Amino acid sequence: MNAQIDLSATPPAPLLAGIDRDPARYQELFAGANVRPHWSELIAELERATPLQMRHRQQFVSRQVRENGITYNIYSEAKDSQRPWDLDLLPQMVDAAEWRALAAGIAQRASLLNAVLADLYGPQRLLRSGMLPAELIYGHNNFLLPCQGIAVPGGTHLHVYAADLARAPNGAWWVVADRTQAPSGAGYALENRQIISRAFPELYRQLQVTPLDGFFRSLQSCLQRLAPCGDEAPLSVLLTPGRLNETYFEHVYLARQLGVPLVEGQDLSVRDARVYMKTLGGLQRVHTILRRLDDDYCDPLELRGDSALGVPGLLEAVRAGHVVVANALGSGVVESPGLLGFLPRICEALRGETLALPSVATWWCGEAPVRRHALERLSKLVIKGAFPSQHFAAVDGSKLKAAELTELRARIEARPHAYVAQEQVKLSQTPVWQRGKPLGKVVARAVSLRVYAVATPDGYQVMPGGLTRVAAQAGAATVSMQSGGGSKDTWVLTEAPTLLSPRQLPRVLGVRDIVRKDPYLPSRLVENLYWLGRYSERSDNLTRLLRILLARFVDDGGSGPALASVLDVGRARTLIGRKPPTKATLVDAVHRTAVGSLRDTLSRLYWSATQVRGRLSQENWRAIVEIHREQMALTTATPDLQGAMEFLDRLLMSVSALSGFALDDMTRDDGWRFLVIGRRLERLQFLADVIARVLRQPAIDDAATLESLLDLADSTITYRLRYLSAPQLIPALDLVLLDAANPHSLTFQIRELQRELGAVAADFGDGANTALQGIERLLAASNLRVLEESALGIGGRRGELARLATQLGTLGDSARGIAEQLSLKHFAHVDDVSQSTLSA
Amino acid sequence: MRYSIAHETTYDYADAVSLSQQLLHLTPRLVERQNVIEHRLSITPKPAHRLDRQDAFGNPVTALEFDRPHRQLKIVAHTLIDVAPRPQRLDIEASPAWDRVTEELSYGAGRSFDDARLQAAIFRVESPYVRVKRLLGDYARECFPTGRPLLAAAQALMLKIHREFTFDPDATQIATPMLEVLEKKRGVCQDYAHIMLGCLRSLGLPARYMSGYLLTHPPPGKPRLVGADASHAWISVYCPSKGWIDFDPTNKVIPDTEHIAIAWGRDFGDVSPQRGVILGGGSHKIKVGVTVTPL
Repeated sequence: MNAQIDLSATPPAPLLAGIDRDPARYQELFAGANVRPHWSELIAELERATPLQMRHRQQFVSRQVRENGITYNIYSEAKDSQRPWDLDLLPQMVDAAEWRALAAGIAQRASLLNAVLADLYGPQRLLRSGMLPAELIYGHNNFLLPCQGIAVPGGTHLHVYAADLARAPNGAWWVVADRTQAPSGAGYALENRQIISRAFPELYRQLQVTPLDGFFRSLQSCLQRLAPCGDEAPLSVLLTPGRLNETYFEHVYLARQLGVPLVEGQDLSVRDARVYMKTLGGLQRVHTILRRLDDDYCDPLELRGDSALGVPGLLEAVRAGHVVVANALGSGVVESPGLLGFLPRICEALRGETLALPSVATWWCGEAPVRRHALERLSKLVIKGAFPSQHFAAVDGSKLKAAELTELRARIEARPHAYVAQEQVKLSQTPVWQRGKPLGKVVARAVSLRVYAVATPDGYQVMPGGLTRVAAQAGAATVSMQSGGGSKDTWVLTEAPTLLSPRQLPRVLGVRDIVRKDPYLPSRLVENLYWLGRYSERSDNLTRLLRILLARFVDDGGSGPALASVLDVGRARTLIGRKPPTKATLVDAVHRTAVGSLRDTLSRLYWSATQVRGRLSQENWRAIVEIHREQMALTTATPDLQGAMEFLDRLLMSVSALSGFALDDMTRDDGWRFLVIGRRLERLQFLADVIARVLRQPAIDDAATLESLLDLADSTITYRLRYLSAPQLIPALDLVLLDAANPHSLTFQIRELQRELGAVAADFGDGANTALQGIERLLAASNLRVLEESALGIGGRRGELARLATQLGTLGDSARGIAEQLSLKHFAHVDDVSQSTLSA
Repeated sequence: MRYSIAHETTYDYADAVSLSQQLLHLTPRLVERQNVIEHRLSITPKPAHRLDRQDAFGNPVTALEFDRPHRQLKIVAHTLIDVAPRPQRLDIEASPAWDRVTEELSYGAGRSFDDARLQAAIFRVESPYVRVKRLLGDYARECFPTGRPLLAAAQALMLKIHREFTFDPDATQIATPMLEVLEKKRGVCQDYAHIMLGCLRSLGLPARYMSGYLLTHPPPGKPRLVGADASHAWISVYCPSKGWIDFDPTNKVIPDTEHIAIAWGRDFGDVSPQRGVILGGGSHKIKVGVTVTPL
């Protein structure tokens, strides 16, 4: 906290006095000198608020973004490419009457583009009559020739549509771009709403802002309504390109909101023109796929063969009518800016009405007179490629030198149908809250709005709100999330609260509908849950091991039997070298990132958690994000022992919390079972190894050695409570080997494993696990009485200890065997790659 | 002419393939002057599912699915086919000026497109393996002076490519970008065809990729070797008054009775004889043998 200034005593600054507005742009907030009426309540609220309140609100928003792990991936930065979502504190206010007109325009445009797609993939009257150029359509890599003639259920190509809007200086809204293949951002819009509505709870209630959830319910019912499922229950999935996609966070979030499994291409398989999801319980038929994959990546068999992201054979299933893909395959073709100039006439022709929402003035260069006009004014226009396959980044003509303009002209002349010239839009400006110390302030930033529509039986329903995006810099003319812009929640005010459409009630579920088990557990997910279990436990073990190592070093000054046994365990894991430990080597053991190190394990933990994120509770995920943040923040700049120990202490708390989540927070389904099995197997192997190594220590009877053993097995407190004295060999071994009540004993792990493996076996009709039975027999046969000194001489006792150590080694091998069996039987074999083949 | 053709493709996989989907372009389409007497596919192992249909260009295509582990896939296409000669001599000088064709096929406000022109439009634009580039237009330019009859200009381009390129099976692979081929001026029949397509399309002319077979002539006195042939590729250009006319830049001929067409598309990717996606398999070896026997 910043203690120097008492914020609550500072008088509020004149809020809007210093705002840097550009007179050449439309001002969202101001009409002349006055605040527009639909902003007045928000501004009044800001003026009422103390600087401290504003700081708390800002902190609330930042914390929510961080804790919910909202990110946006940046393609260009390879390392740590996840950037926290930048969400502005102030909502974008939209007047009710203005919104009504805008929404009607969006709905019209969505229907129009759907009709254009129906024609292009059907009779092609638009091409025959010359209302659309064939070059523009056939030249587009997302016009999929194999989809020509495929009938889509309900005639719906566009299940979801989005438009990017900009406001001209005269206040009119213009469409800058249409999003038709897999519009992104609706999930971010909902997440923004959930945060900002809680930053201004009273204002939100008082203004009766239109809620967004109706849109997502409509999307859900759209997917269900069109599912070609006959009498079966419809199964929809969300198909993501994977966690490296720029909007992966949104895929996870949307899948959860819609209640559908999040899958990657490798989770799906086409058999006999039907799509199936590979689940733990076998193949499950999939009826609708909400895709976030680009058109030409969807089927490596018939479309682009160089992509591993898609589902081979998907097109065959679509053709057979056995699956619905939303949006329909090939719908990306109408995203081309080349279409914009043709839409007004097409709207007249197909719908007999005027296009309500104009596009930004756009010239397609494929037509000679139009091209001449555009080329003459090139230095005043923005030049864009007509096709995504060109990888042509938009060029601002006004920024080009004479020679560059000449080169661009030649380029356009050589392949005119691939270029589009567009009027430069002067975006309007909107107020943005700028964090500052000690006081934040309101500044003006360029703004654009993305709005969404979903297909319903009664036409397109427009989401009342959307994703508002603002420029990062004060003078910036364009807005882009990729280059560091931020976002805003969008508040559409209600005209009259009674006009709110009634909530659509879902079908009432009865006893017959009760589901006690997740039927759609993808095998890949199960495999990753298992690894999440293993890595959580391994992180726990390694953290504890390093913590003990550092503590012993500090206590014993670098030598002594207690340190020796812990060192032995650490060396076996190559955490530390053979040489006698020094402060530097110990700090290095914490900091190093080699394979098998603590930090490497933490990275793997994070990775496997990202793979199963949809299965983790919000709190569980937050804990994992926190661990990841700590791990990433650990710098080697100041290698000091104290810092390393504090890091380990914090880490120990966080990783222990993970096991709590596993215990309390997750439904006990088969997915959970595999997570627990992963944990138990990992602990079993760790304990077996640790105990065997300690048994081979020369100073085995030394209380310090046994203390280390109890520490490593996290059983010190239990021992003290029972024996109230320094540890001795037989009771210590009993506690970590045989005591079935100690959650850190070997016997406990085996019993738990037996139970969970048994449950899995019962579910999948496997035989009993023989390897495990062997282990238990082995352990039950260990008789600690032979270790009593009176029974054997010193030499005999050594022999018995060595024999026990060997048995523990065998036990570790059996655990590995169990892991292999599991993998063979239940996992998707993520490394079993698919490959394309081609013959001449 | 009557031909018996055997096209044999064998994949040997290092590991078992657990799931395999294959698309075959091995069945000849209905083409003027060609008459299929007999055609069959022998497939081992037996596919779990087989679907015969037409692709986006009207070519017959066979979709196969194999869902049992296998280490080898062998497909043989047997075809018995008659090819008739062109009914009259092709007068390449009696074709419309190429630049007029380009102009006529381009978009103009209110200009309507009939079926033939719309079909042609598909083959005027860039496709996955064929680029449309200034560089390619410039390469072809000397063969296309203003007003030259389209077919005469196309023949000149075919001769230029044949003269300047060297046939070299080791120079390229399927994935070699065509601009690299243009630079090296070496390649196989697919490369020759792609280059000629790229030149024609860069000048705004419709041109499609032809996939099929070619009758080869064993050295005098030597027997015809079984499996020594290969599948062949050439191109076809659209001439409004005469329809689609074939050119084979690899052999500098206008195909007549020694070329047997199987399928056409925008480029190799649309009509490759066998395209597939397999799960597992590890590394694999592929063996292709074609025998074209005149009867």
